[in-house]
Amino acid sequence: MKKNSISKFAIATFSLLLFFGACKPKNSSNAVSADAAAKAYVAPGKYDEFYNFVSGGFSGQMSVYGLPSGRLFRVIPVFSVDPEKGYGYSEETKPMLNTSHGFVPWDDLHHVQLSRVGGEYDGKWLFGNANNTPRVARIDLKTFRTAEIIELPNSAGNHSSPFLTENTEYVVAGTRFSVPPDDVNGDVPINTYKQNFKGTLSFISVRKEDGQMDLAFQIECPGFNFDLSRAGKGVSHGWFFFSTYNTEQANTLLEVNASQKDKDFILAINWKKAEEYLKAGKGRKKAVRYAHNKYNEETHTATSEIKTEVIVLSAKELKDICYFIPCPKSPHGIDVSPTGEYFVGSGKLAATIPVFAFDKMIKSIQAKDFIGEFEGIPVLKYESVLYGEVKKPGLGPLHTEFDNKGNAYTSMFVSSEIVKWNIKDLKILDRVPTYYSVGHLTVAGGDTKTPNGKYLVAYNKITKDRYLPTGPELTQSAQLYDISGDKMQMILDFPTIGEPHYAQIAPADLIKNNSTKFYKIAENKNKYVAKGESETRVVREGKTVHVYMTAIRSHLSPDNIEGIKIGDDVYFHITNLEQDWDVPHGFGIKGAATAELLIMPGETQTLKWTPDRVGIVPIYCTDFCSALHQEMQGYVRVSPSGSNVPITYSLGTNMPKAEVKK
Amino acid sequence: MKRTLVLFTILITVYACGNQNHKPTNSTENTSTTATSETETYDPERGEGKFSNVEVSPTIESAKANAGEKVYSVKCSSCHKLSDEKLVGPGWKGVTGRYKPEWIMNFATNPDPMIDKDPKVQAQLEICLVRMPNQNISDEEARNIYEFMRKNDAKK
Repeated sequence: MKKNSISKFAIATFSLLLFFGACKPKNSSNAVSADAAAKAYVAPGKYDEFYNFVSGGFSGQMSVYGLPSGRLFRVIPVFSVDPEKGYGYSEETKPMLNTSHGFVPWDDLHHVQLSRVGGEYDGKWLFGNANNTPRVARIDLKTFRTAEIIELPNSAGNHSSPFLTENTEYVVAGTRFSVPPDDVNGDVPINTYKQNFKGTLSFISVRKEDGQMDLAFQIECPGFNFDLSRAGKGVSHGWFFFSTYNTEQANTLLEVNASQKDKDFILAINWKKAEEYLKAGKGRKKAVRYAHNKYNEETHTATSEIKTEVIVLSAKELKDICYFIPCPKSPHGIDVSPTGEYFVGSGKLAATIPVFAFDKMIKSIQAKDFIGEFEGIPVLKYESVLYGEVKKPGLGPLHTEFDNKGNAYTSMFVSSEIVKWNIKDLKILDRVPTYYSVGHLTVAGGDTKTPNGKYLVAYNKITKDRYLPTGPELTQSAQLYDISGDKMQMILDFPTIGEPHYAQIAPADLIKNNSTKFYKIAENKNKYVAKGESETRVVREGKTVHVYMTAIRSHLSPDNIEGIKIGDDVYFHITNLEQDWDVPHGFGIKGAATAELLIMPGETQTLKWTPDRVGIVPIYCTDFCSALHQEMQGYVRVSPSGSNVPITYSLGTNMPKAEVKK
Repeated sequence: MKRTLVLFTILITVYACGNQNHKPTNSTENTSTTATSETETYDPERGEGKFSNVEVSPTIESAKANAGEKVYSVKCSSCHKLSDEKLVGPGWKGVTGRYKPEWIMNFATNPDPMIDKDPKVQAQLEICLVRMPNQNISDEEARNIYEFMRKNDAKK
């Protein structure tokens, strides 16, 4: 009996330990109420109300989900090759991944932002950042494809990007790692960080008509880490805010050495003023190298250009464009309220959320209420710019978004929760757990002037026990909350690709009717198009062979090709002759060291193939297209290098005829 | 036991037939705008679409026929031969004798609803097994193709 009670006690203690040890938010099973399923349910055949564009993190891609269902519609290849779509493998798309380092097949895409006019989404483009080899990409929302990529010189780790001004005048890109500028000798001791390392903020202009990007200017700032950024809007339009950390300027063990100071900085930039300086010729031209890649919808072909010059403005010399605002401990997110009156710094190592007032900042600047300078840049007084602090919000505040009722929502990484608070009185209204360790969050339209207060999605860093185990690596995940009432309500978990960082939620009606259904064959200007089977042919040019091939349900033309020799490079230029929605054809060839092609209706795409052995090589359509899809195939004959087998090609006839007679 | 099986088979058949009456959800959205009201009874002579009275001149209009030949080579020739030989779809020889111009032009511009309703097309589908793709042929292109078909049929 006594033994029994001891063991009971032991079990109880153990359970208690387990409970605390797991460090889980309480009542994880009770967090979902009965009507959650109905709220997230979208019946088969019905459309979702919102598009959710989610960064793919270290996959380098973006994903597109429907909300509230959480269904995955598409993965858009951006900074990483995608063999499924031939992206980065077809001759037409290879130039998209060109950089000053040459072809780079991978990157880490952290943030996405939708183009906007007057602080509202216009549904035209989506921007994404490359966090490793610094670049910004523009995705066209008519085709859901990457239309343009621009590389950033003087940068390393483009993290505070691709945030946009309220009319998409600029997309910014702030360097996470400070480094010596590209035009000086970078072969310096690492511990000369303070003297030699600089932080560069890039302003990329976006052309109104077609979205084309151009690196307008850069601002050179002191060397520390630039983390995130947001443009002012409404009253604060014309300003940009960047969060910084490592103002200690440490170059090693940042975990400890970049957390010494009580406060780091928010950097406020008057970009309208910077534009004036630029116009007045105050910038310096610097010799750099960066790639600018564009995809042409008419030729279905990307081009890459290496540019060699950028204009740099010095924050130190041009006094009134940059101001530092002290902000508690290593701020991560810097977020601007819908009216533009307030900006919220989230000191990820602090126990408060400071809310700054834009008008107080302007008054402080006018009154020169500075506490000093940092590398020539004025530092404002924390208390003079502060509107107030949200007290005891939780642990590890990271990012804040807003609803349409004057409330803010902040993600708490360490305490694994979302905290809702009122912007005016800074009182905490509600908190809900996330499973687990939320990073970014996004509210439908939460970064616009008029947020839609219906849904919030949390993007979590850890999923642990939320899904069926899949070995050491578990799925990444998002959680959907209904925020239409006073209390936030979790209604859905859904897995995501890569690692989801920031995301955007836009009404489906803004985007869905503009979708391109197919490319008009008459407008196809690809150099190697075959407009109809009468134009299909095989042409030898020395050791290069061009195959002008067409695909239509359910054959490739030509489907018998002879006369290819070892030592040849063969280019299959395939035109999809279909002129209807949802009829791509694929193309695969045995032994190709590349990938497949996936060719949209009316499009031409090219796969390069270098045969490595003599014999018969099959080709086929990879995308199930019709009842006779399995019949959509052909053969290529490869002969030895000295062979005298002539080039012949055919469809429906056994060629060459002489051999048939045998 | 046997009776149950029979009943089950009947049920399956009825269910399957019921399904056939449903419009397939794929690739009809962009064509349905040009289609006339669904509630009308289907006219197998005219087909379904925007053409109900096509004027055809006694002699072949060669400008139209030449324009039609160009459309044919890009959008049609992959599947239709000019002889009576079947490729993916039936050969075009004699087509203007088998169908009225309205039917041909409606089918060229509005294939999906007609594949679902037209008895002759359904019979053809059992042979070819490939639904004729919507090649987004304009009204003018359809008229020119028809003229090219006439020219093709006039050849001996």
